[in-house]
Amino acid sequence: MAHIEMDPQRWKQEVLKKYPKKVAKKREKSIVVHDGAEVLQKIQANVRTIPGIITQRGCTYAGCKGVVLGPTRDIVNLVHGPIGCSFYAWLTRRNQTLPPTPESENFMNYCFSTDMQDSNIVFGGEIKLKQAVREVFEIFKPKSIGIFSTCPVGLIGDDVHAVAREMKEELGINIFGFSCEGYKGVSQSAGHHIANNALMKHVIGLRDEAPKGKYKVNMLGEYNIGGDAFELERIFEKCGLTLISSFSGNSTIEQFERAHMADLNVVMCHRSINYVAEMMEKKFGIPWFKVNFIGAEATAKSLRKIAEYFGDQELIDRVEEVIAEEMVIVKKELEVIYPHTQGKLAMMFVGGSRAHHYQELFTELGMSTIAAGYEFGHRDDYEGRRVIPTIQIDADSRNIEELTIEADETRFNPRITEERKAELESKGCGFNDYEGMMVDMAKGALVIDDLSHYEMEKLIEAYHPDVFCAGIKEKYCVQKMGIPLKQLHSYDYGGPYAGFGGAVNFYKDIDMIVNTSIWKMIKAPWEAEPVIEAEFAV
Amino acid sequence: MCVNYGTLVANKPAKAKNWIMRKVAIYGKGGIGKSTTTQNTVAGLVEAGKKVIVVGCDPKADSTRLLLGGLAQKTVLDTLREEGEDVELDDVVKTGFRGTRCVESGGPEPGVGCAGRGIITSINLLEQLGAYDENEFDTDYVFYDVLGDVVCGGFAMPMREGKAQEIYIVCSGEMMAMYAANNISKGIVKFAEAGGVRLGGLICNSRKVDNEQNMIEEFARRLGTQMIHFVPRDNMVQRAEINRKTVIDFDPTHGQADEYRALARKIDENKMFVIPKPLEIEELESLLIEYGVVN
Repeated sequence: MAHIEMDPQRWKQEVLKKYPKKVAKKREKSIVVHDGAEVLQKIQANVRTIPGIITQRGCTYAGCKGVVLGPTRDIVNLVHGPIGCSFYAWLTRRNQTLPPTPESENFMNYCFSTDMQDSNIVFGGEIKLKQAVREVFEIFKPKSIGIFSTCPVGLIGDDVHAVAREMKEELGINIFGFSCEGYKGVSQSAGHHIANNALMKHVIGLRDEAPKGKYKVNMLGEYNIGGDAFELERIFEKCGLTLISSFSGNSTIEQFERAHMADLNVVMCHRSINYVAEMMEKKFGIPWFKVNFIGAEATAKSLRKIAEYFGDQELIDRVEEVIAEEMVIVKKELEVIYPHTQGKLAMMFVGGSRAHHYQELFTELGMSTIAAGYEFGHRDDYEGRRVIPTIQIDADSRNIEELTIEADETRFNPRITEERKAELESKGCGFNDYEGMMVDMAKGALVIDDLSHYEMEKLIEAYHPDVFCAGIKEKYCVQKMGIPLKQLHSYDYGGPYAGFGGAVNFYKDIDMIVNTSIWKMIKAPWEAEPVIEAEFAV
Repeated sequence: MCVNYGTLVANKPAKAKNWIMRKVAIYGKGGIGKSTTTQNTVAGLVEAGKKVIVVGCDPKADSTRLLLGGLAQKTVLDTLREEGEDVELDDVVKTGFRGTRCVESGGPEPGVGCAGRGIITSINLLEQLGAYDENEFDTDYVFYDVLGDVVCGGFAMPMREGKAQEIYIVCSGEMMAMYAANNISKGIVKFAEAGGVRLGGLICNSRKVDNEQNMIEEFARRLGTQMIHFVPRDNMVQRAEINRKTVIDFDPTHGQADEYRALARKIDENKMFVIPKPLEIEELESLLIEYGVVN
């Protein structure tokens, strides 16, 4: 496909020209043409979407219930609100789970809601909520119930936390609430933070049982979309790493409860879970670093980083063996596919990490990512954590509770010495760090935060990418423009795409997507047939 | 005024007059005497032969006590909660002084739920049940007695979508009462543009503040409306109230009863319906200074 070359600076100016002056002034700061300089440019992110703009963003409730807590199979997610919030947020992310036996608890197939009615709004919904909690307990006898607040709950002031405490006392199981009303933040990102806080307050550290295993790791910010976690569990096991808990793909509450017994936290999706990583380090002394298991090379690099951390030659050797073994299969597949995909162009507007992670896979395919951005990322997800001290705290961020965490009196135990930490850092193992997306992007690439629908259309018109990666809201609009869209929230019907096996799946899917001729055949009816001209009868 | 005029005439050939049910809402600062004034005025109207329905829009559900002789009334929302969807008009409408029909919206306990939403639900339900059906009930007036200030959308409900068409604000010469009246006027402006609601005037419920009548007359003039009546302060009102009666009911020959009759007549004859011009705070304060609150 011919790519129309347009100077990205000119593209930006033309897009901005269409906006009203105030809108242009605001959007200008969220659209950056990567200048390739070592000092990264500043990008505006995590600010309110301008009213009237068609945004990709979701709500705070979606981030809390859907993203972070949704993938855990044995916590009943009880949504306090009208039925739609529960039903339309039910399993849409294709996060999978695998209970060890058919009898094991798995509530993900159920949709729990208090189904608030008009009279619950008028007279308050707390009584109905208590009744729902008791019903859930009677029928399912779960270990734990999470109560998720939707918009009206915050407006009428139902105290879900008080109800949770009372019911916890009455029923003797762990029950906790989330004030994750949809309107609470500028995007779903606020919901991630709220979920992180509650996990720390009510769950992590409850179970002091150390599972067996030499190299105990938690994987944070992995949500088992399309079975990603299954592939990573396979690789971890093969390498001899013990996964204590995943947050939260294919997870259980017991895993969360003993997550503090791990010796290392590795972080995949920085945006949604970095708070837990930071807090666990402060409270229990578990260090964390960023990894990326999207892309075969990235997976290998991340595994080496973990092995290096434990510093055990046996593990280091085992990891090298696994990488070598897996890479044979990966390379064999890639050899065939690479010539088909080389030189093609991708665009990605998704997530708070995915738009970064998937660039690795496209690089492996010889494709370049010419435009990318997040829906709900913050500046640190673009520019790296070093900019955190310079991020202005606005009223919207202040709306979300910031927990004060202190070292646990008995259980705080720094897993490595400061000297060892410094030594590892000198080898490039950056603790408590994430360098962000922009450092990995090429000069001239467009980096756009909270992409508007209008900007999306203009990008496609100007650059005709071979594949556009986003979500279901964008999918059919983009495809009607003759460009294939790959969903990176739900993976459409595919996956896993993580790890070595996942990389191969992705190569194959992208090969099919960018090389099918069907998109060139699509014509709108008015392009295929002459337009009938008519006038309205008045 | 937007009233379904044509249908009315067609369906009611027996009525000789061009019948329009007047929809009145009474607003004002909390504690100013809205419920007392409303009920006493309604008593004056029914005494003059008008058919009236009073809808209390306050969760405390005490807007119809004097008309019902203290009869405890089941509120619309309580009934709705207990009976589900299956609510009959008779369950929620009680007949009081000289045939006045009385309804209480009701609402949640203080600090729970959403009273504003309750009013919306309640008024919609009353409409669905045909409580205002002019053909069936020959109603001349519906009075909405609304809680305190317009704190949220729900309490503005009677103003919205033509539910109430004329507003009277009860106030006194006290500063906060005038502030509240000014704020309520701002609410009226907002809904006047969309829904056709108009301000019919200020009712001064005297607190015996110096220069009160002159000040409220001037305040009304600056708002672009009128002080429709000055109700003097008289202990008879409290005496009737303790006996669960309006003044007209309790002591029809008392001078205070005539004051309410006068107010009722003025409302009935009122032709002055305006979109108010709320005052800037500075202007309101200067009015207070000018009329001697500070002296």
